[in-house]
Amino acid sequence: MPHRTFFWFIIPSLTAMILFIAFPVISVITQSLHVEHEKVLISSESCGPFGCKQVTVIDVEATAQLRTDQPLGQFSGFDNYTNRNHLAFDEISLAWSNSENMSMFFNKLLNLPFYKALAFTLTYTFVVTPFVIVLGLAIALGVNALPKFAKGPTIFVSLLPMIVTPLIGSLILFWMIDGEGVIGASIQSLFNDPNLSLKASPALTWMMLIVYGIWHSAPFSFIVFYAGLQTVPTDTLEAATIDGANRWQRIRYVVVPYMKPLVVFITLMQLMDNFRVLEPIVSFASEASATSLSWIIYKDLTSDTQLFGSAAATSMLTIVGVAILLLPVLFRTWRDFSRTAH
Amino acid sequence: MSTIKTIALTATAAAILTSSAAFAECGIEGNANVSIMGNDFPALHAVFSAAEQCAGNGVTVTKNHNKDYKDLMVPALTANPAEYTALTVSNGTLVTLMNDGLVRSLDALVAKHGSSLNKSQLVTVDGKVMAVAFMANAQHLFYRSDILSQVGMSADEVQTYEQVLTAAQRIRDAGIMEYPVALNTKAGWNLGEEFVNMYLGTGADMFVPGTAQVSINNEHGIATLNMLQSLVSYSHPDYLTFDSNATQAMWEGGKLALATMWGSRTAGVLDDEGSTEQVVMNTDFAAAPTFNGGSIPASSLWWDGFVIAKNVSDADAEASFIAMMNGTSTEMVQANNDAATWLIEGYVPSKAASGVTSTAMNGAAPYPMYPFMGALHGAAGSELSDFLQGGESAEQALADMEAAYNVAAKEKGFL
Repeated sequence: MPHRTFFWFIIPSLTAMILFIAFPVISVITQSLHVEHEKVLISSESCGPFGCKQVTVIDVEATAQLRTDQPLGQFSGFDNYTNRNHLAFDEISLAWSNSENMSMFFNKLLNLPFYKALAFTLTYTFVVTPFVIVLGLAIALGVNALPKFAKGPTIFVSLLPMIVTPLIGSLILFWMIDGEGVIGASIQSLFNDPNLSLKASPALTWMMLIVYGIWHSAPFSFIVFYAGLQTVPTDTLEAATIDGANRWQRIRYVVVPYMKPLVVFITLMQLMDNFRVLEPIVSFASEASATSLSWIIYKDLTSDTQLFGSAAATSMLTIVGVAILLLPVLFRTWRDFSRTAH
Repeated sequence: MSTIKTIALTATAAAILTSSAAFAECGIEGNANVSIMGNDFPALHAVFSAAEQCAGNGVTVTKNHNKDYKDLMVPALTANPAEYTALTVSNGTLVTLMNDGLVRSLDALVAKHGSSLNKSQLVTVDGKVMAVAFMANAQHLFYRSDILSQVGMSADEVQTYEQVLTAAQRIRDAGIMEYPVALNTKAGWNLGEEFVNMYLGTGADMFVPGTAQVSINNEHGIATLNMLQSLVSYSHPDYLTFDSNATQAMWEGGKLALATMWGSRTAGVLDDEGSTEQVVMNTDFAAAPTFNGGSIPASSLWWDGFVIAKNVSDADAEASFIAMMNGTSTEMVQANNDAATWLIEGYVPSKAASGVTSTAMNGAAPYPMYPFMGALHGAAGSELSDFLQGGESAEQALADMEAAYNVAAKEKGFL
């Protein structure tokens, strides 16, 4: 295809990408390099039902003038990235020099909000993703082996966890695992400990969130694998059967290699999705035990002290994180691709 | 058939008559949109419903109760025209709105339509009326008199948090309840509020006077944290998920004997829904306890009031003011006397209000109105849980709070 034609072909999607991806990212980068303009504080008297008191208030007019002069706020360079609520370089170097051993250092590291969130986000991503892939494949193989009449209803039921809105799904689970809920009460009676609570300790909260993540995402990989299974060549399978391969060997040596591109696809999608985990943390009220990068952004934007620069910096760090996560998978795919091409 | 028809007709006629009568009382002239948002608790339901009666004849009134209103209000009022014309706020949230200049001065509207207001209802900053308060609120002690007497204690013996701990230990030892105590300790805003309340009980300042420089990493802060930790050791292990709705449900379920909860929850606890007679009969209220030998109740006084958005037309603003005046009228108070500690003319104090009243009488401080208070409140809410779970020392937790505050305050342009 001549370059000219190619150019005209891609110009609509290129425009859309610049408008809806490049510009917002540039805007977020700009935002992340700024903090709010200085607030002009004045002292004045405030009266109300509980009497009068001298209070500090913001001089809205003077502050508005500053805002007009500098609509973006004050330029702060990479402060938003390096301050304590993000990468915390100063705090880390201090922790490094003050720590006698690694465990003490990690303790201090995990006390910093960004690293605390990163620890959970990475654990969640790396535990949920493989489970989702294996479980999804297992369900797909199981459903595929069902008699025809049972397939439709089974597929529908298996997809339900994905259909439920994450926020609602996790809220339902939150109440089920409550001490008064059906799961919570069952576990209590199972372990004969009336005070056992899944919400109480960080370890249990992490487990609960991960189980929720697997429950929620498994249907996605199931349906992709199931679609893939329909295209496995029956000739090869029959040939394998004739050669004496049992069911397990057929799966291991025919089906799985054939599904490999799908595994790559699901891994990519799941790594991205799981790295952005947010809803279950909100629903489970698990702020005290588990937070994620997306949750930090959410909190910065919704609390009554909104921190736009901070949220923008965390967003950029999330993008960098996703890119780092995807690199190995993309690199591998590219290598396989160039190998087959030659 | 004809009887049914007659009844239906009469009912319709009556409905039309009452609604037009209500409209006539409101006195909104011309077409206007009134849109109100606020927190979600029974007293505000009464106010909003009364304000809603102004709807009709070209006037629309819509309402939105949302317990996350704090998170929604700034973006909603920043829009022009604003998403809501009127908002019910409290002393803590008014500051946030004023920081961005999102509410209008009510001087003219009060002069024109506010003749029925008590002077103490007017919240002024620098001489300008910015909000009209209609109820007082504070967290205070809820106790079960039957359980206290079972362990040989009386209401006079739970006036300090140290005594509350003693009572809790006795209740636990007597095998009545393993976890008799609850505070609203959900990580985030609620936990931050518990820190602020307890710290106010020390009587110390949270900031270096005249500056935005925080000063909580001191012996007052340590006493505050230690008391909070002692209290949650008598709370169910899920305490970091407890918000007001959760603690009220636990109280009504008879699972608590001593709790520090909002005054706006007393009516819900005392009503005949969601609880047993034994719990309701034995529920009593007292002032928020003091602690650490102090004399100031470890709580903060809040008022709830309404504000009118700046970014709305003058006509909508006036209509909203009139509707809210209707929502906070003496008639509304008479119909809902026990729903809150009203600041409105015609209110007869009841048992439900006793906790808030005595907390105020004992000299509790109003919630601090610093423009940078939100940043400290938020830092406390997120940095405290590690300490409460035993993961770090009180000094470390306070240092973390200060560090988190400094970053936020710097980003907001206060430091």
